Amino acid sequence: MALYSEKVMDHFRNPRNVGVIEDADGIGEAGNPVCGDIMKIYLKIENDIITDVKFETFGCGSAIASSSMATELIKGKPIKEAMALTNKAVTEALDGLPAHKLHCSVLAEEAIRLALRDYFDKNNIPYDPKDYPDPSCESCCHTH
Amino acid sequence: MIYADNAATTKMSSAAIEAMLPYMSEVYGNPSSLYSFGQKAKEALEDARSRVAACIGCEAKEITFTSGGSEADNQAIITAARLGALKGKKHIISTAFEHHAVLHTLDKLKKEGFEVTLLDVHSDGLITPSQVLGNLREDTCLVTIMYANNEIGTIEPIKEIGEALKDKDVLFHTDAVQAAGHLKINVKEQNIDMLSLSAHKFHGPKGIGVLYARKGIKLENIISGGAQERGKRAGTENIPAIMGMAKALEDAVSGIEDNTPRITALRDRLIEGLDKIPYGELNGSRTQRLPSNVNFCFEGIEGESLLLLLDDKGICASSGSACTSGSLDPSHVLLAIGRPHEVAHGSLRLSLGEDTTEEDIDYIISAVTDVVTYLRNMSPFWRDLTEGKRQHVFAE
Repeated sequence: MALYSEKVMDHFRNPRNVGVIEDADGIGEAGNPVCGDIMKIYLKIENDIITDVKFETFGCGSAIASSSMATELIKGKPIKEAMALTNKAVTEALDGLPAHKLHCSVLAEEAIRLALRDYFDKNNIPYDPKDYPDPSCESCCHTH
Repeated sequence: MIYADNAATTKMSSAAIEAMLPYMSEVYGNPSSLYSFGQKAKEALEDARSRVAACIGCEAKEITFTSGGSEADNQAIITAARLGALKGKKHIISTAFEHHAVLHTLDKLKKEGFEVTLLDVHSDGLITPSQVLGNLREDTCLVTIMYANNEIGTIEPIKEIGEALKDKDVLFHTDAVQAAGHLKINVKEQNIDMLSLSAHKFHGPKGIGVLYARKGIKLENIISGGAQERGKRAGTENIPAIMGMAKALEDAVSGIEDNTPRITALRDRLIEGLDKIPYGELNGSRTQRLPSNVNFCFEGIEGESLLLLLDDKGICASSGSACTSGSLDPSHVLLAIGRPHEVAHGSLRLSLGEDTTEEDIDYIISAVTDVVTYLRNMSPFWRDLTEGKRQHVFAE
């Protein structure tokens, strides 16, 4: 059996929504270089709808595929739905990830939430801080 | 496909396969059996033992066949520890960048009360005999230092270490898995007491290796049972694999002189080509390294995605990134030579073989350059580096 599902390899080889949005309404970054993966999400939001989304990722095959899939899942969706996106949904949409790669999907969920929080902050929209992880090494379960 | 992962394993030579076949279909007797059909297998076994011994400059009875390099490493270290403990000597010297077959065995001994000093490896991937001598104690029973590193290919000063330890009451073991068949080894001239090697690294079969132990060293059994291998390694001998290994080792050793300059030239061409990629650096000494080994770190990218994209381009290579090591930390070898985590994640090992051509090298250079550029273009880490938000580790 191959390491990754066909879907992971497809999103890794042909990542959707790679790039930068220069005038983004919200930007979120999760992970760090020491752990070996960083995801950065750029959002364009109009009338509570995510009209455009781009990502940049430093990381392994599943990190790139998770970012690509996560952006696909929230593009054109209302903020509320993007907020509700879980790493589980990303993993399922990719037809699964190897157990030691699950944290890649967690990073995608985190980066999106952080981008949304950035948007709320910029627009003085109230939110519950508990819904947002610190932009640290949250999903990284090891110490250096 | 371009196979550039010969440090992981090699293609079996047809001569080695040919050497094995008769011992599966015709001479399949058990060498421990009394009848002449079994004794024919025994003769072959002892002939192979003599031929392997000749390849490394020792006597046949100093050769024990094992299941491979890991078992040989385990047995050598456990043997030295048991012999040391009898004399109250429970200190071992090794290095921080040994193979896990050595490091994990040492960890096991630590739990049994042994003290282990892991020598710091210099940033060029080398240690010095004076480091070894400087850490030697009254109670040191073993010095175990690899002949050549499996990841960065650096060749350690084994002969000089052997010389330095010659008149000391300490055993000297070397894990020569990456060196055997590729570098000239003579255990007597180099004052090596124990040495491990593995057949599949020099075009022999997998699952077979050798532990050389100097006459007079009483080996400790790792596998108990029958009286095979002078009672030091139980289990019916894997005659076909042993015959394949003997043939492969003979061919490899006799080919060293011809192959070394040619493969070294290919290696240097590859190093020069990859050196043109900005913010990348060769890992380990440029000169004191195996003719086949090239290992680079590239800033701003992660090794696993690099390998997957190279695979799409038909290139088989390996990396020391956390994602490829199966653990959360990147390669202990790269960390041992002082590479920071974020750089160690972006490593690439290419190990050449006798079949590698100049065209292969040029194709690899162009493919790696393209893939590194592609991955950097989507990397927020790389963006931060180029925008000065994070500091580069390497010079451009």
